[in-house]
Parts: sequence; structure tokens; C-alpha cells
Amino acid sequence: MSSRSARSILPGFGLSLGFTVAYLSIIVLLPLSAAFIKTSGMSWDAFVEAVASPRVLAAYRVSFGISFLAAAVNAFFGLIVAWVLVRYPFPGKRVVDALVDLPFALPTAVAGIALTAIYARNGWAGFLEPLWAGGVGRLEQWMPWGSWAEWLGVKIAFDRPGIFIALTFIGLPFVVRTLQPVLEELEPELEEASATLGATRWQTIRKVILPELTPALITGFAMAFARALGEYGSVVFIAGNMPMHSEITPLLIITKLEQYDYRGATAIAVVMLVSSFVLLLLINLLQKWSRRHHKI
Amino acid sequence: MASAVSHLHKAAGPAHGHPSRVTQDSPWVRRSLTGVALLFLMGFVLLPLAAVFVEALRKGLDVFLQAFADPYALAAIKLTLTTAAIAVPANVVFGIAAAWCITKFQFRGKSVLITLIDLPFAVSPVISGLIFVLLFGLQGWLGQYLNAEAPWFPWLQQWLIEQDFKIIFATPGIVLATIFVTFPFVARELIPLMQAQGVDEEYAAVTLGANGWQTFWRVTLPNIKWGLFYGVVLCNARAMGEFGAVSVVSGHVRGETNTMPLHIEILYNEYHFAAAFAVASLLALLAIVTLVLKSIIEWRHGRANA
Repeated sequence: MSSRSARSILPGFGLSLGFTVAYLSIIVLLPLSAAFIKTSGMSWDAFVEAVASPRVLAAYRVSFGISFLAAAVNAFFGLIVAWVLVRYPFPGKRVVDALVDLPFALPTAVAGIALTAIYARNGWAGFLEPLWAGGVGRLEQWMPWGSWAEWLGVKIAFDRPGIFIALTFIGLPFVVRTLQPVLEELEPELEEASATLGATRWQTIRKVILPELTPALITGFAMAFARALGEYGSVVFIAGNMPMHSEITPLLIITKLEQYDYRGATAIAVVMLVSSFVLLLLINLLQKWSRRHHKI
Repeated sequence: MASAVSHLHKAAGPAHGHPSRVTQDSPWVRRSLTGVALLFLMGFVLLPLAAVFVEALRKGLDVFLQAFADPYALAAIKLTLTTAAIAVPANVVFGIAAAWCITKFQFRGKSVLITLIDLPFAVSPVISGLIFVLLFGLQGWLGQYLNAEAPWFPWLQQWLIEQDFKIIFATPGIVLATIFVTFPFVARELIPLMQAQGVDEEYAAVTLGANGWQTFWRVTLPNIKWGLFYGVVLCNARAMGEFGAVSVVSGHVRGETNTMPLHIEILYNEYHFAAAFAVASLLALLAIVTLVLKSIIEWRHGRANA
């Protein structure tokens, strides 16, 4: 690599950096700071009341709980999808690979009404309901986290399972697309060496391949989780939106806005913003770790 | 240099050319994993996509076409196109400028800048709308200014009031929210691409006497055109499909501040399902075109590398 001197001979540094910083400040930083400034005018008690009332706490529980569950399911199935796409040849692979990006490209409102059409009571997958009610619902008695299993058994659309389905849809590309490049660059020599040393295929996967994939897998999980936390469009159509039960936090913000409770809405927004920034920071650290992990 | 080596390594493809038997899974494992993956994608991706078109055409082609004869639908399509026509070029100019300074120069705070560019990704669309309401809404700073008794620059206040100047619940707010939400897409597409390409070609051009614009138009742009093109396509798809942020700032006035996704919502909530899905099918088509273009670009790019 040519040694880069401190001063580049290429022109346009001042212009491009100046424009970038100015545009970033006007479009992103200034508006975002408005949320924090608006909240800083609130008294501490008013703030706590706005962000920790029972209805808001219930919305956090729904948002964080179901987003986590959806991201976990995506991590599991995303790993399988990425593995199949990288390792196995099969007809129509190019189309399947392109389809993975669909949740990223399809407008969320369109996804919302389409998923509702499928999973509503009289919808396409109405036949699945007895299965959910009878099969998954019965698991309830063995599951330690009773409340989650409880809703799994109830109904799909217009309730919490609908939120879960929408959030799984939304997060799908993140895990697959973070794992794919790592899997592609995984050297087959590692697996060969492991096999030569007498490991079974399962041992190789568990002790050699999975540890290599872990950073990317956690990154993909965190990205899907972060995306699911803020998702609005696809969820509102399918969720039923019952306060205290199936109301997600972004919807609660909109409800407060419609009641002209700007301070309440902004206070909740600040809580959500801080949690997503923490997640973003975590993702960045993970990616650094992943890169370092990979170089060794 | 490291990236160039890995590219060569990938192009030569020793990993996939001759799979040795010890690194292959048994046919049974292979088939069941492929089955699970395909079933998962079918239930969560293909089925919803198919549902859009089936539901749109369920009541026949006439009903489908009628959805677009509605003047409100046409107004919504027009507003969506206008919004994208402003938001996308704005973010393209920004994306190129950001990628240029980040990939061609060394400076302090670069990684902070990259993180800040990603920021809108981490913000919920609803909050993206909310912050513009806080700035420009009637209760916000702009509203306070317009209602102030003794404002700074009274002539400006007077002029704004005479113009009936509005950002929120009007097109400017929709455009601003859309720009915010689609902010990172072009930059995100260009930065890794230009990083991989390095600065050697630009150095050569400048050494041979080209000025900055010549270097950019004749050397950099031809190198990044496909990545830029995909960035534009993706940014456009997201701009036209944005729902949450636009929903907060729009005010939902039919024929005036309704974009296509908002029009879909209204139709759907009024139980005009066929019409809702008909408009949705246009946006779904846009998403499909986006994915097809992406595949074509990747395929061309892959071939150019080989």
C-alpha cells in the first residue's frame, strides 16, 4: 500500500467534508437534538411519570420482549438460511437469495396489510389457528415463562403473535446478510484440519465453525432487534393495538401526539432513542470485534 | 491491499471449486436444512408478497384498475413521486460528498462521522417524524416564532404568515422526514465500495494533470457507477415506501398530504381492501424491481471481478 501522507494531493477535502458535516447537522443532528432539548425542559417527576406510567411500561414490555423473541428466531433461522445459501447448491438459488432482501425493500405498510391478510382469522393461514391453539398453546404448562406461552396459544393476527410475525419479517435480512460474507470467507482448511484430527462433522460445526460465526451472529441479532424496536408500519395493521396488551411503544408515541401530549410523546421517544443508541454502539463494538476476530 | 487480495482469493474460488468430502454434510442433513430454510422464507417472505397481488386482483381486473382512477389515488402517487424526486437527489449529493471525504482522506473523527451517518438507521420512523414536528409544528419552534409578540426579524415573521408558510402537515415536512429516513442509504452503499478501490487511480489522474472535477467524473464515477446506481434505487424504494415518519408529519389530508403508503392505510381502514392492495401492488412491484436490479448488478459485478 502506498504510504499516505498527512496531506493528500487529491482536491475537494474541505468542500466534501464541509458539505457532509453541514448536511448531517441540519438534517439529522439538529432535529434529533430537538427531542432532547424539549425533554430537558421537563421536571424530573414529570419525566418519570411520562416514561414510567403503567401503560408505557406495558408498551416497553411488548416492544422489547417481542422484538427480542423475533430477533432470536431470526438468528436461528437466519443462520440456517445463510448456511444453505452459501454451502449448498440448489435450483433457483439466485431467486431465493434475492428474496432475502424483500423485507428491506418492501414498504412496511404493504408488508403490514399483506401479513394481516395471511394471518387474520379468516385469512390464508386461518387453518394454522387450531395448530397454534392446540399445539403451541399446550406447551404453556411446561414453559417457565408462562405469560409468553399464553399468548402464543390465543390467536395470531390482531394480537401479540401478529406483532411477533411482523417483527420477524422485518428483521429477517439482517442476520442472513451479516452472516453470509463471513461464511463465504470461512476457510475450508479449518474444517479439513478438524476432520483430519478426528472430529466428527457435528464437533467441527460446534467447536470450529460456530465460534467463528458468533460475532457476526450476535451483530445480526442486535441489528434485527434494533430494527424491530422501532418498527411501526407493519405492526399497526396486525397488532390489534390494545393498550396494556398489544400496544407497541412507537404506536404509543403516535397516540400521545394525537392527543397533543407533545411532552409525553417526546419523553418516551428519548427513552427509545437512548436505547437504540446504546444498541448502535454495541453493534459497532461487535463489528470491530468481529473484524479483529476474523483477521486472526 | 488486503481487500484486493481477498477479492482475488474469492474470484479464484478454491473454497467452492472442489469441495472435499470431509467438509460436506450428508445428503440427509443438506436436504432437511435446505427444506427448513426454504419453508421459512416461503412463510415469511414469499407468501406475503404473493398475498399482495392475489388480494389486489381478487375482485377482478376492473376493480383493480378502478383503484387508480380515484383522483385521491392519483394525487397520492403524484405526491410520492414528488417527494422521492427531491429526497433522492439530495441524499445522492450527500452520499457522494460523504464517501469522497471519508474514503479518499485521513482525518480525525472519521469513525465518529461514519457512526453519525448511520444514526437514522437506529431511529424509529415514528421518532424521525416526531422530531420534525417538534421543530416545525405549531407547538414547536417555528410555531412559537410565528406566534411571537415581539419576534426577531418582524419582517420575516410577517412574510411567513403572509405566505401561509407550513412545513408540518404539508409537503416540505413530508420531504424532510423522507430525507431523514433515507439519509444513510447512498453513503452506506458507496463507502465500502470506494474504500476497497483505494486512491491510486485518483492519484494517477491528478498527477497527470486532471483537476478535481475531471478526476471525479472520469475516474471515480465510472468505478462506482453500479454501486451508486443501486444506492439510488434502494434509496428511492425506501423514499416511496416510507410510512411511519411520513404518517406523523403528514396530517393525512386526502388529495393534499397523502402519500401512497398513507393512502393504502386509509383505504384499508375503510375496508376497501381490493383498492388498498391494488395501490400496495404498485409499491410491491417497485420492491421487486429493486431486488431484480440488485441481483443483476451483483451478477455483473461478480463477472467483472472474475
